[in-house]
Amino acid sequence: MSISVKEVQQRLDRVDLPQDLIDAILGGLEGVEVTAEQLEEIINQVSADYEHARVEPCEAVGVVAAQSIGEPGTQMTMRTFHYAGVAEINVTLGLPRLIEIVDARKIPSTPTMTIRLTPDYAHDRDLAREVAWAIESTSILHLGSVATDLAEMNVLIELNPGPMEQRKITAEEVAEKLREETGLAADQKENLIVMAPEEPSYRELLQLVEKIKKISLKGIEGIKRVVIRKEGDEYVLYTEGSALRKIMQFDGIDPNRTKTNNINEIAEVLGIEAGRNAIINEATDTLREQGLSVDVRHIMLVADIMTVDGEVKQIGRHGVSGEKASVLARAAFEVTVNHILDAAVRGDVDDLRGVTENVIVGQPIQLGTGDVQLVAKRFEVKQ
Amino acid sequence: MVTKSAVKDHELVPEHVLLSVEEGVAVLKTYGIEAPQLPKIHVSDPVAKEIGAKVGDIIKVVRRSPTAKQSIFYRLVID
Repeated sequence: MSISVKEVQQRLDRVDLPQDLIDAILGGLEGVEVTAEQLEEIINQVSADYEHARVEPCEAVGVVAAQSIGEPGTQMTMRTFHYAGVAEINVTLGLPRLIEIVDARKIPSTPTMTIRLTPDYAHDRDLAREVAWAIESTSILHLGSVATDLAEMNVLIELNPGPMEQRKITAEEVAEKLREETGLAADQKENLIVMAPEEPSYRELLQLVEKIKKISLKGIEGIKRVVIRKEGDEYVLYTEGSALRKIMQFDGIDPNRTKTNNINEIAEVLGIEAGRNAIINEATDTLREQGLSVDVRHIMLVADIMTVDGEVKQIGRHGVSGEKASVLARAAFEVTVNHILDAAVRGDVDDLRGVTENVIVGQPIQLGTGDVQLVAKRFEVKQ
Repeated sequence: MVTKSAVKDHELVPEHVLLSVEEGVAVLKTYGIEAPQLPKIHVSDPVAKEIGAKVGDIIKVVRRSPTAKQSIFYRLVID
């Protein structure tokens, strides 16, 4: 009287359980004969266990999440500038990085991108090098040297043919770019470029040198360094500096697997849901790197709260905590006097519905059983 | 040099589905809430733009969840 696999599947499709539990039941039933009653019994038991494991209604999940992330945070190193396994590339890790993530900084202190390449580029070191040189911002100092001639009052730029060939740029292109950026004439003869400031003054000459050094001749501005590293059987590029939108347009780069550690940039380029995923990934990676394990559910809750309004908000005065409806709850967080004063001026009313404000006034908090309000139905006593 | 790719193909972006008005009403009814109580997404959001969402629409997000494998989330499109 056992039922077919198809019938089991159909029955499970109607069950209100997470996909992975349904898959687990299916996996467990593989090659096993069950009757309809047995299947019901299994579903009932699994559902009962699942209900038991779920968070109770009115549970203070936010406080639990805060504690669960905060406590491991105390064990993190205060100041780590780690070379995340990659030579040269410097990445903020540990507590400063975690703070940066929940503060939703516009630009992290060490922006980096992890660039993955398309299959035809990923396995060839030379092609990977080529991509790296194409995106790395090239300044005049990568190509040669800059000197000043005080007698003639001009700047001498000597270019080396070797690096120019590597980076696929010619002396003509360099001269053209310099003209464009400075608006001055640039005499180019072979690998020597001579430029003079508008007025032959000592100060202007030195300013011109500084300006020339800063000009990005080729590649993407802001990408200061690119490092190639072999991961498994493919080459991956790591960059110092981040410009996700521009990088995704480049040849040889796999736009779908390329990432940055700048959460705001991800939210801007790929949308708020991608931003949420980025917060979860960055936070778990930061904690895991320090050897701490925090349940993802806590981090997911934080990421959800930071992204509910369609933009990445910080956990703090200018974000989640500062936008609470209750005056007393906001006042309890930071800048107490200002909040109370502003509320008084505006004539705000506090409904005392949250936890903080009820603690302040000394009432039972509305959590767990405290959140349930019973209304007795009054029966008329029949005579 | 231009190899423009769709934002929704990126590995960080979960599947976004634009709901019809009827489906949207059904969602609100199951949760017993009004539309403004839903989490939001801006019309200017790259993915919302890509699927052609308008202000007032409801977008269903099918997330890959590390705990439940798949989880459904709804966002209201706002200005």
